[in-house]
Amino acid sequence: MNEIIKMSATELAEKIKNKELSSVEVTKAFLERIKDVDPKIKAYVTVCEDYALKQAQACDDKIAKGEKLGALEGVPIAIKDNILIKDIKMTASSKILENYIAPYDATVITKLKDAGAVFVGKANLDEFAMGSSTENSAFFTTRNPWNTEHIPGGSSGGSASAVGAMTAPLALGTDTGGSIRQPAGCCGIVGVKPTYGRVSRFGAVAFASSLDQIGPMSKTVQDSALLLNVIAGHDTKDSTSINIAVPNYLSEIKNGVKGLKIGLPKEYFIDGLDGDVKTALDKAVEVYKSLGAEIVEISLPHTDYAVAVYYIICCSEASANLARYDGVRYGFRADCTNLLDEYQKSRGQGFGDEVKRRIMLGTYALSAGYYDAFYGKAQKVRTLIKQDFEKAFEKVDVILTPSAPTPAFKIGEKSSDPLQMYLSDIFTISCNLAAIPGMSLPCGFSKAGLPVGMQLLAKNFDEQTMFKTAYAFEQATAWHKEFPKI
Amino acid sequence: MNNKYEVIIGLEVHSQIKTKTKIFCNCSTEFHCPPNTNICPVCTGQPGVLPVLNKHAVELIVRTGLALDCTINKKSVFARKQYFYPDLPKNYQISQYELPFCEHGKINITVDGKTKTIGITRIHLEEDAGKLIHDIGSRQLDYSLADYNRTGVPLMEIVSEPDMRSPEDAAAYLTSLKNLIEYVEASDCNMEEGKFRCDANISIRPFGQKEFGTKAELKNMNSISGVQEALAYEVQRQIEVVESGGKVVQETRTWDPNEKVTKSMRSKENAHDYRYFPDPDLVPVNLDDEFIDNIKKNIPELPEARRARLINDLGLSEYDTDIIISDKALADYYETALKAAQDSKDGAKLVANWIITELLGKLNKSDLTIKQSPISPDNIGKLVLLISKGTISGKIAKTIFEDMFKDNKDPETIVKEKGLVQISDEGAIIKVCQEAIDENAKIVADYKSGKKSAIGALVGAVMKKSRGKANPQMVNKVLADLLK
Repeated sequence: MNEIIKMSATELAEKIKNKELSSVEVTKAFLERIKDVDPKIKAYVTVCEDYALKQAQACDDKIAKGEKLGALEGVPIAIKDNILIKDIKMTASSKILENYIAPYDATVITKLKDAGAVFVGKANLDEFAMGSSTENSAFFTTRNPWNTEHIPGGSSGGSASAVGAMTAPLALGTDTGGSIRQPAGCCGIVGVKPTYGRVSRFGAVAFASSLDQIGPMSKTVQDSALLLNVIAGHDTKDSTSINIAVPNYLSEIKNGVKGLKIGLPKEYFIDGLDGDVKTALDKAVEVYKSLGAEIVEISLPHTDYAVAVYYIICCSEASANLARYDGVRYGFRADCTNLLDEYQKSRGQGFGDEVKRRIMLGTYALSAGYYDAFYGKAQKVRTLIKQDFEKAFEKVDVILTPSAPTPAFKIGEKSSDPLQMYLSDIFTISCNLAAIPGMSLPCGFSKAGLPVGMQLLAKNFDEQTMFKTAYAFEQATAWHKEFPKI
Repeated sequence: MNNKYEVIIGLEVHSQIKTKTKIFCNCSTEFHCPPNTNICPVCTGQPGVLPVLNKHAVELIVRTGLALDCTINKKSVFARKQYFYPDLPKNYQISQYELPFCEHGKINITVDGKTKTIGITRIHLEEDAGKLIHDIGSRQLDYSLADYNRTGVPLMEIVSEPDMRSPEDAAAYLTSLKNLIEYVEASDCNMEEGKFRCDANISIRPFGQKEFGTKAELKNMNSISGVQEALAYEVQRQIEVVESGGKVVQETRTWDPNEKVTKSMRSKENAHDYRYFPDPDLVPVNLDDEFIDNIKKNIPELPEARRARLINDLGLSEYDTDIIISDKALADYYETALKAAQDSKDGAKLVANWIITELLGKLNKSDLTIKQSPISPDNIGKLVLLISKGTISGKIAKTIFEDMFKDNKDPETIVKEKGLVQISDEGAIIKVCQEAIDENAKIVADYKSGKKSAIGALVGAVMKKSRGKANPQMVNKVLADLLK
């Protein structure tokens, strides 16, 4: 195995800058790795070989000329295929956008281009980011690099699997109810959902606008902090992005957790929790204690309502956000005889079952006479959930929970039972409802050899404390040094 | 005649707000551009795009709200109004539902000399849809073409209270509203270009009844007179329905301007459920006092203030003033002309006369608006200045005016080219007058025998000899002196 693909993005950036490695060399190593393992993993919808090599060559030229370099100069990255890169196909893993070529760059893509990143490919996802396993992709299911019989998690399953299988050192995902953190947990990598408004959503296909957030995925905590440094910040093209200064997320990362208060919400350590997950979390708590952190039991009393509230809000917003896919201006258009026929057939054939299910749920919830009972009520409960966290953060600095109730389940195991599937996000959803930052990082393995992830949650815009807490654990353990044998 | 039923009318006006760029993107709002040239990923609803509110559109709607005596909401929220149509790229329109920018306003209208107040329920901000084309010339297409240039142009929807009691009230309301919006420079209000559109809610009830009758909503009226005609038709239709023992049904009806009838479009059962909800892509707009005060301070002069100024400062008559301020373009034209007339004696009055009696009549005949006037206001002003300086007589001015109307030539140039300068040289006038006296012995005798009116014939003779160029006042005086 080429040693390059085991290196962290931080290391790669250093070595490229120092001319120990060229970007072309690095990019080729990852493209080679994609050719080797992606047929088994199927993390990519599109591999941008020519595009990436051209970018890599441009980086090398800059380095040769001694020009000013970006923070990720020459470093490859996989992009979830619901984020637009101009002139590259953007499918959202949906038949309705199967041949859609992006007409513009998402703001995060512009920032990554400025930072010198190299786009190796577009990663698979559950159609329109709706799902927890990539089984809802219109094209194929991505596999878990630790065991290809298992799901990689979702919806950013392609991104998580790409990083887990070392076909890219970095990836971007999007997280609406856990779509970065849950697959990161499944694939044994780090995944960060920043505070709502921290990263511009411009150019990410909207699923649920008030919950969606783009975030970093990587093998190490430091790499995610490095990537967040590049993509965070106010954007005049996104009215919901917040205009406050972006700190350097690497500056305090090594400060340790001595004296830090870590909360364990009792509502998250429930009977249904998988034994292996419980064991791994218990050990993690011990690690933190040994590092000098104080463990505090807390309560988030409205946790039980989170799944219901989440599905009302996300489906309602999705029902409007997905109305534009009608075959009139772009995307899939079915053979049709008149306008109504065009709408019904294009959308009927263009969307998959889960997307249609959510559009119908959302349409219902917003209908005249139901709005107050559903959407209106859900917004009120959302406020209560937000207040739960505000109160909890008066007592603690960060909150520690499992990332998911179980390790990655088998492909097909839950695909016929949407409600069971929805429950895989039970620990990650509240974070989006409360708009706070959250991340998942590896904290062990199940007896069957599948990764277990733990989740850290922090106050609004306090990603720094979250990174510091994650880094301390990572450095005290060796989970991030494990690689799947694929 | 209708003596039994009271007519209840409320209007919803959509007026395009005059901004350079669209409401949620940077595309131009210019009219008459080739199809689909003023478009971008945002206004064509591409995946991943987000709206960013145009601040100027907010300023203009607030300005309109202030001019209409509205309460300006400190917090305002955008909502998605959902329906599928190919002219609406996102298949939802960003509009407002709860918390519009302006509420609880009013405007005065005058009908048959009586003034009444019409309440304004609310004014909200929204984006316009695109344009669909179903035929080219007379050729009906078996497909439709979509032009998204207009998509995302800012609109304000002004909803009135059901305070109008006749089609005439409605026409007066629209005229006043249009004029006011033009005064605050928030919209061009061009109805032909669809920049000022109106839907009407109308019902009837027996006089004395408190509850409203069932209303019909009328659409597709393209002019103020069209609105009035459609409403008049609908009043008769509803009366006939009720009188023949039927019930008016709640429905949307479309005005057919060719057949001059309203036709049922859709019933209440088929009404859309727009599934409004707050747009999560746009944060609520919070307006602070400073922002509102600043708009208040910079509000252009409103009709009432202009009226007072013209009467008090310029000494213009109330009658002339009311005509002039009834249309902002006309009032602007008048004031520009007055400036060009410099400090002509009686300039204010003279310029008003020339515009009201000569120009407006002429424009009317040619079916032109004041904005389309072939004569520039500067040239009307200059014409008045020439009269007041005595360079030309009023009579000559009329011939010059005719020439100006043809090609907007500078009146001074016409005077020079045609040698129309009035003769005001006393020596020259005495000479011509003496000739006239010498040639008209009989008239002179009549005059001297006491028939004073005979002098008119002498003046006529002098004018004829001078080809109309002799200064008439001087001719009168000189003749009287010579005949003493």
